[in-house]
Amino acid sequence: MPYLFLVPAFVLLGIFFFLPFLQTIFLSFSDYSSSLYNPVFAGLGNYSAVLKDPVFMKVLGNTFLYLVIAVPFLTVFPLFLAVLINRKLRAINLYKVLIYLPVVVSIVVCSIAFKWLYADQGILNYLLSRLHISPVAWLTDTRFALVSVALVTIWKGIGYYMVIYLAALMSVPKELYEACEIDGANLWQKHLTVTIPHLMPTIALVSTISAISAMKVFAEIYVMTKGGPLNSSKTIVYYIYERAFENLDLGIASAMAVILLVIVLLLSCINIFCFERDKYRL
Amino acid sequence: MKLKNAFSHIILIIVSLLSVFPFLWLISTSLKGAGENIFAYPPNFIPADFTFENYTGVWARVNFLRYFFNSAVVALFTVILNLIFSSMAAYPLARMDFKGKKIAFFATLATIMVPFQAIMLPVYLIILKFNLIDSVGAVQGYLGLILPFAVNAFGIFLMRQAFLSIPKEMEEAAIVDGCNSWQIFFKVLMPMVKPTLAILAIFTFIGSWGEFLWPSIVLNDDKMFTLPVGINNLQGMFSSNWRYIAAGSIISIIPIIIFFLSLQKFFISGENEGAVKG
Repeated sequence: MPYLFLVPAFVLLGIFFFLPFLQTIFLSFSDYSSSLYNPVFAGLGNYSAVLKDPVFMKVLGNTFLYLVIAVPFLTVFPLFLAVLINRKLRAINLYKVLIYLPVVVSIVVCSIAFKWLYADQGILNYLLSRLHISPVAWLTDTRFALVSVALVTIWKGIGYYMVIYLAALMSVPKELYEACEIDGANLWQKHLTVTIPHLMPTIALVSTISAISAMKVFAEIYVMTKGGPLNSSKTIVYYIYERAFENLDLGIASAMAVILLVIVLLLSCINIFCFERDKYRL
Repeated sequence: MKLKNAFSHIILIIVSLLSVFPFLWLISTSLKGAGENIFAYPPNFIPADFTFENYTGVWARVNFLRYFFNSAVVALFTVILNLIFSSMAAYPLARMDFKGKKIAFFATLATIMVPFQAIMLPVYLIILKFNLIDSVGAVQGYLGLILPFAVNAFGIFLMRQAFLSIPKEMEEAAIVDGCNSWQIFFKVLMPMVKPTLAILAIFTFIGSWGEFLWPSIVLNDDKMFTLPVGINNLQGMFSSNWRYIAAGSIISIIPIIIFFLSLQKFFISGENEGAVKG
């Protein structure tokens, strides 16, 4: 009886998850360079080719840079906002709705909106000109492209993580704050001694979730820069996409996919076994 | 206290404005006529040459209704299949003892840890093998968009949590009344987890509606484009006609904004947030 309930889900997971999972690993050991239809066993050839590929190294570096830019901001700033918003203020709901709005709008439209802000004669460069700073080629200068794209990811994520923090804040016992007030603690001390320690698991969770989604970033790059200029804004998923679907380098793309998989797997394991243990306990 | 509130209001107003400004600026651009320089310094926020022509123009050249329809079909079926299959799989994992339960549990958990982006290439090869591609036919095209996302381990775990929170007595009473597992599942348990089903439905819908990577891999035919793919395509169609691109982008987000505003409580209350994100 229990098996009948499991069948539909497991048939689908089997076809669209376990099978492709195994095939990714299989493909990563296959050489498709001579023929797309008769691959030969490549051993670790694809992996050594990937590790020797300067573009892959650049892309991997970009991906970690993306993480370093996005994760700290998305971990700290939404917490600050959640603390601000977590009390009785006028118009509080309006603030929440407005800040959450970018979360629900398709990433494609968000990226287009930013592309327009970043235009050479766009509004951001106008603001710079008012500050007597010369215009910046936000998306076409190798120094700025990655940061400009990461800014969209950050902007779109703030509301999402703020709401996660808000939910966690509701579970902080009110008595603890009251005890603090009796002790004469100021606002800062209250948050440092009560809020932050209480929210530590959530803070850790947000940092790993945002790291995992930063590892998977694709649409922002596809819509705004296509990885350019000179690969300066290319990250790992975009490069896998390019090698797999544009160059048809199935073996190489799969070896990179396995590397991506291992990194995300490690992050997810931290998540599941440290911070969300209760949810995933048998 | 007053000072503190004022400080909060100032910060929150600034952040709220920053959150919506990129959209407002698109709206402003989309309403500017050909007589107005959209690159003017200083920028004009209120259009001087106010017009709806960009909207009518882009509407006439782009098949938005078709994109809406495609996105709606894909999102609706993805939601329905997820609700049914995730709850069905979650029920035995929460409530029954059987051989292989541990394997089923950890197999499901494993699928959470592997990102779709790492396995998308073989998924595409499988879709090709089954001919589930838009060049074969519309139905096949839809199936190719829907099936890989028809069940999601996050959904299974979300529903499992919901089933776990129902007292065992409910089922026992139903067994005494002579119900079998199917009747218990559909008539007793499912009605009790409606709030969780609503959350799963809403977040699956948002995810499916905004999905870009997979549709941009599998879709070839302009008639089968979902909204995100169609909107991205505007950039190529109207190269640097930002009035049209802006108008098209704004048209495309109207449905999801209405959806969000009418169900805002579910989004900003924070319950079960993060449970469904893949």
